[in-house]
Amino acid sequence: MSSSTAAMAKTAVLRVSDIRKSFGSVEALRGVDLEIRPREIHGLIGDNGAGKSTLVKIIAGAIQPDGGTIEVNGQRVSFATPRDAEEAGIETVYQDLALTPTLDVGENVFLGREVLKSGLLGRVGFLDRPSMRERAKAQLETLGVDLPSLTCEVGALSGGQRQAVAVARAAIWGRSLLLMDEPTAALGVAQTEFVLRLMQRFRDEQGLSILFITHNLPNVMRAVDRVTVLRLGQPVLTAPIGEVTEHQLIGEMTGVRSHSSSSRETP
Amino acid sequence: MTSVAVRLRSIVRRQEQRYQSLWIGLILLVIVVVFAIATPSGTFLTFSNLRNVAVNASELLILAAGMTFLLIAAGIDLSVGAIVVFASVVAAKVMGTLAGSPDEVAKFIYPHLALALLIGIPAGIAVGLGWGIVNGTLAVTLKIPAFIATLGSAGVILGLAQVWTGGINVQNVPLPLQKFFGLGLLAGVVPWPVVIAAVVTGLMWVVLARTRFGMRTYAIGSNPEAARRAGIDVSRHMFLVYVLVGLLCGLVGFIDVARFNTASVAGHTQDALSAIAAVVIGGTSLFGGRGRMSGTVIGAFIPAVLQNGFVIMNVQAFWQNVAVGCVLLVAVYFDQFRRRTPVRL
Repeated sequence: MSSSTAAMAKTAVLRVSDIRKSFGSVEALRGVDLEIRPREIHGLIGDNGAGKSTLVKIIAGAIQPDGGTIEVNGQRVSFATPRDAEEAGIETVYQDLALTPTLDVGENVFLGREVLKSGLLGRVGFLDRPSMRERAKAQLETLGVDLPSLTCEVGALSGGQRQAVAVARAAIWGRSLLLMDEPTAALGVAQTEFVLRLMQRFRDEQGLSILFITHNLPNVMRAVDRVTVLRLGQPVLTAPIGEVTEHQLIGEMTGVRSHSSSSRETP
Repeated sequence: MTSVAVRLRSIVRRQEQRYQSLWIGLILLVIVVVFAIATPSGTFLTFSNLRNVAVNASELLILAAGMTFLLIAAGIDLSVGAIVVFASVVAAKVMGTLAGSPDEVAKFIYPHLALALLIGIPAGIAVGLGWGIVNGTLAVTLKIPAFIATLGSAGVILGLAQVWTGGINVQNVPLPLQKFFGLGLLAGVVPWPVVIAAVVTGLMWVVLARTRFGMRTYAIGSNPEAARRAGIDVSRHMFLVYVLVGLLCGLVGFIDVARFNTASVAGHTQDALSAIAAVVIGGTSLFGGRGRMSGTVIGAFIPAVLQNGFVIMNVQAFWQNVAVGCVLLVAVYFDQFRRRTPVRL
């Protein structure tokens, strides 16, 4: 049993070690270790300014760390651009979705990685829109998302549907890890439910891992397999979700750990 | 229920742009019909008159086609008229100088005509492209807001052309250029400037609607940050669009020299605003992300049709400005009105 756990740890989808990042005199990350296992939804929580966004941006290749190492599937990598991270199989769904409202669903899913027609026309840049739409449709069906139309502008969709398009986009391209930065922050109750289910489908049916960054503790308790708490640029707790309580997590996030509460919660 | 609402909303949104082209097309049609009825003995609707209209619209059409890309990408270029003037000065000077000695050229003898055209035409176009690179550098690389960057470059470019020529039109352009190209007809039917405008506009239409470059142009105008995160080199793309617009200005400069046999230093002051007006009348959003080339084509024909009709009817041609201004205001008003009103279902 312990040897299989060790094997799993060895083939971690993502392992970051001793990641450091300063902005001027502000130390945003002071040596972060984080390991994400295959087929797990890993929650990353922390108060404002804990360094969540900085860490996510580093893993997504948007900014570069001052020190530390990143391994993807056991291989040392360094990301100079988001494209490098994507090539390593890491896709990011941003908080503000990063969709283009006047383009349609298929175009949004394939933006930046457009499907071109075969032959000479493709070589001079002609798009194969039907094929983009078909593939977007197939992916959305896999995720159990029903959109009114794939030729409609994304700006006409609801928040949850837009989130589904962003996730579908990541799901088509992601091979190892999906970073979801506050995906439910702007959503209503039903839509949040929908996105959490989407994440689970993504894990179960695509077999990929998710790093789920959020403020929302109830969502963490419900949706993740393991959780890491960041405080002041350092991880202060990593645990399977079954072994912690919401209270404990709040304590770790804020740094206020009263003895009475922790003793009450330890079964 | 909600899904039906979203479906309807999306259909309405998608159709809106077609409606804009459609109803602006209807306005053009009404104008044509009015002129057809009002002009004495139907002179307006003759083939040769409509051909004139097309020639007069050709330069604006090319500029507006380029401006369509730029506005969809949420950029703008106020220097197009200045670039046209500068490019036409270069083309005219190079051709006049290379065609023969000053004495020969004054007597309309051009011993080196082929050489003059072979170098003069590309020179004018290349200079347009060069100013496009300058605009791209200012607005994209140096991140000066495009409105100000191109307002500034417009002053510099036009000023340099005026200093260089002393404000006097450049003469001595080889006459055969005007005879065979500027006023010449393809197969004895279609004027060459119209042929060029049609080919260029058609090409731009296809690029905008069917290619990756076109789609990315929409994406950048719609949400530049999303485009950046999708891995698109937004700066490079925008730079290329400014260069494209500069290139088209160079082409228009050459066509202008060929049509009028001179580089008109005092002309083209309204070109940038006319092109923007044509594009916006055609339904392209000044805020980027939306627009169609079909609308631009209609928008570019409205001023030429109005001017031509007024001249035939002996109305002061200046009324054209009044009419185009009104059409622009009405078009933008309805456009805003539609945008402000969410579709409730």
